[in-house]
Formats: sequence, structure tokens, C-alpha cells
Amino acid sequence: MSKAMARNIPAPVVTVETQAFWNAARDRRFVIPVCAACGKAHWYPRAICPFCDSAKVEWRAASGKGAIYTFSVMRRAKEPYVIAYVTLAEGPTMMTNIVDCDFDALRIGQPVTVIFAATDDGPPVPMFKPDR
Amino acid sequence: MTIKGRAYIAGAFEHPTRHAPDKTVAQLHAEVALGALADAGLTRADVDGYFCAGDAPGPGPASMAEYLNLNLRHVDSTELGGTSYVALAAHAAEAIALGKCDVALITLAGRPRSEGMSTGTTPRLRDPNQPEAAFEFPYGLTTANGYAMCAMRHRHQYGTTSEQLAWIKVAASHHAQHNPNAMLPEVVTVEDVLNSPVIADPLHRLDCCVISDGGGAIVVTRPEIAKKLKRPLVKIIGAGETVKHLSGGTFDLTTSGAARSGPAAFAEAGVTPADIKYVSIYDSFTITVLMQIEDLGFCEKGAGGKFVADGNLISGTGKLPFNTDGGGLCNNHPANRGGMTKVIEAVRQLRGEAHLAVQVKNCGLALAQGTGMQLGTRHCSATLIMERE
Repeated sequence: MSKAMARNIPAPVVTVETQAFWNAARDRRFVIPVCAACGKAHWYPRAICPFCDSAKVEWRAASGKGAIYTFSVMRRAKEPYVIAYVTLAEGPTMMTNIVDCDFDALRIGQPVTVIFAATDDGPPVPMFKPDR
Repeated sequence: MTIKGRAYIAGAFEHPTRHAPDKTVAQLHAEVALGALADAGLTRADVDGYFCAGDAPGPGPASMAEYLNLNLRHVDSTELGGTSYVALAAHAAEAIALGKCDVALITLAGRPRSEGMSTGTTPRLRDPNQPEAAFEFPYGLTTANGYAMCAMRHRHQYGTTSEQLAWIKVAASHHAQHNPNAMLPEVVTVEDVLNSPVIADPLHRLDCCVISDGGGAIVVTRPEIAKKLKRPLVKIIGAGETVKHLSGGTFDLTTSGAARSGPAAFAEAGVTPADIKYVSIYDSFTITVLMQIEDLGFCEKGAGGKFVADGNLISGTGKLPFNTDGGGLCNNHPANRGGMTKVIEAVRQLRGEAHLAVQVKNCGLALAQGTGMQLGTRHCSATLIMERE
């Protein structure tokens, strides 16, 4: 029961602060912001590390692996979809959609892997699908 | 420095309308302002401080100050979403304690029902300068599915069931049956809630608050003035506020900002949760109530499901009577902002002016708690403790 791309995904607003993230996304590369000073990854991406205030935030390739922290199937929509938070293997938890799956079989803790989903006139956005 | 005992809520007024296509938002603000001033026994000319939030037309307080033709020496338009008015009551007390104003007017009004907003189930467009926008908007975050993610995680972490959440709605409906203005005055059962359509798992339609037009206002003043008026004395004795957010991606979605604003308010008031006779708890959704009750310390964290079940929130039978006007779940949610009506019902309880069927006996101490914006991402929390003198 795949309902992966049924919903039109609005394009993300690209800013000077996140340009590099979206450039990588266009190449289907999932990068995350990691602080070179304190070593911590954070989410959502920003130029100043929220943990140590350093401006030495770098984009680093992420594993694309994570686990579902929580989710909800949005039933009151033209096409139901799954909003979720996924905790990345690298630490931070990010908002996303879970796609390409049986909505009714989803559970918290389930391992997932990143994919990129096309948007309306913008760079693709990271989403996740359950590991088989 | 404390606000304890430095200010009183002298006037309170809730607009009786739930659907106001024939009125403007500014007009509703004015009607509730005049209603609260009349309730206090004061006039517009007495007002020297005006407080409002994001529902007031135009940016900040200027348009409404002009419409009402106020002559002001203090203004505050702190925007904390739906809980703004819980915080603004405390801000008014602060301003009064510092001598910045004598009579503070706080207003709320809006017409989301007349304007046809599908408030809870449509992603809201954002200011593109909001730094998180690109990392949330594409995913279809709505009010409902954001709160639903909190409920889902709470269920996972603590075993909270849909039946337990439903009891919150059931209790609200028991109170709403006595409120002639309530949008949903029918008593509902746990089964009714569970049989209502799922909006966003695990929240059902009846786990969600109503969408209504309307508004409310309160008047806060200093002790010398309050004691000359003819109304029962409702004293502000403690308050707290905070913002809880996603902390760089390291968060616990089962906890609300009440865990921070609550203890601050209790400490200032010098009371404990066991002392509180009545609570107004912001009820955008049933899960909102459950998390705030836990975070305020009315039960242990994670035990909220058991605590709210079996009618424990129903006035007269339960241990913690809540939202005796029917709350946002059954009565109204003017401007999609429930903070003002939370304060107003607490004032009614402390004055002994709630409906007889829901009036808490010897209600000497009440608490109003609100969360504004989105529990599933970032929200503001405000707690206000009031005492009958």
C-alpha cells in the first residue's frame, strides 16, 4: 500500500543559511549540520551551533539511518499522509514524512532510511521509508 | 520582587456569541472591553494600561487603542499564541506593581468560525523568515497532527490510552451541559469520543476543541482600587511563563512548558498543587490537558492517563475539577485562543459565580494554565495562580 507521493509537497524556502543543504539535496545527498567546535549535530540547520554558540558549523554527510521517534497518520486530508519525527543515527531528531509504506503497520522505534521526495518547483526534501 | 498580592482581577467578561458574522473583530474587542469594565464597576476613562496579543487587529496595540479611544501610559502586546492572556494578566500585575499603570485592560476577540478557517487540519503558511519553515512546512504539519504526535509518543512512553484521553472530553461535556452559551452542550461518553472519526492518529474529532467566534476581557487593578469596587476580590499571587521548543533536535515531546512555568508560579504563590481547588487548563486537544496536568504536578509524570480517567476532572465528583465552563473542547475557543476564557472561568469560580451545578465549594485558590502555538514543535506556556480574598 504505497502512498508515497500522493501529496503535492510545497517547495522549501531556501535561504543563504541553508543553501548548501539544498544544493546537496538536489544531488540526493543527505548532509547535516555538525559543529566543529563541540562535535554535536543539530536540527533544524542553522549557522550558529545551538549548543556551544560556535559559528564553526559544517555540513557533513549523514548515514541517512534513523528510527521513528513518533508519528501520526493525517486522516483528514485529501490523501492521508504520515508526519513523523525521526531520530537520526547521528543524534538529532527531525520532522519528516514516512513514505512508501503501510501506514497501519508503522510503529515507534522502527528503523528507517532517508529518501528524497520531489517538491513543487523546489529542491527535493528528505523523507524516510521503513527498512525492510 | 514579586507580584504576589500586588494586583487584583477586578473585572471579567466573556462574549456570549459563538458565531458573529455580523460584527467586526475590532467591534468584538470593544464589546468585551466594555463588558469587563462594567463588570468591575470602572469606565473606559479609568484605563491607563492596555494589553493585547496577536488577535488584535493591526500590528501591536495601536489600532485597538485608537478604536477604543484609550488614553494610555502603559502598553504590552506580548504574543504567546493562545496562552497570551494568561501571561498578560501577570504582565499587568507586574506593571501595576511597578507603578506603570493603575487599571489594566486585556482583550481578546476573533471570528475564525465566520471566516471559515479550517484551523486545525490545514498547514498554515508561515513567514519565510521563520528559520524552521523549510524544515516543517513541506511535511504537512497542521495543528492537529502536531499535537497527535505528542499523544502518540505519550502512549508509547507511558501507555496512555485513547479511552483515558476521551475522559477529558467527557468531563468537559458534563460541565458544558450547564452552560447555555456552549457550542457543544450535549453530554458525551468515552464511546462517543472513540467512535468519532480519527483526524490524526490517535486523536479523534472529539479530542479536538471547537472553532468559534467570540472573545473575552479582564481588568486588572491595584489593591487600593480593587478594594473600593463592589466585586469579590480575586488576587493574583503567582505566575510563570516559558517557551518550550525542539532544543536543536534533542527534545521530549511528552513534556510541555508547564513543567517550567508551573513550578515558577507555585513558588511565587507559596502554594502546592494539593492546595488548588479549581484548575482551568488549556484544552486545544485532550492530550494538551493531560500533559499540562502532569507537568504542573497534579500527578506524577506519565500517570496522567489514570489521573484523568473515571470522571476525576468532573466538578462535584472528581478530585480536580477543571474547565467548568466546558472549556475549548465544548464551550468556545474564540480566535483559536483559549487563554482568556481560562482566566475568566477561574475568576468565576473564585467569586462563587460559576453555574451552581459546577461551582466548586469553598473555592479559595485557582490556577489557570495555557499553552500557545504548537505543542508538537515550539509553544509558549503561562501559569497564573489566583486567590479569593
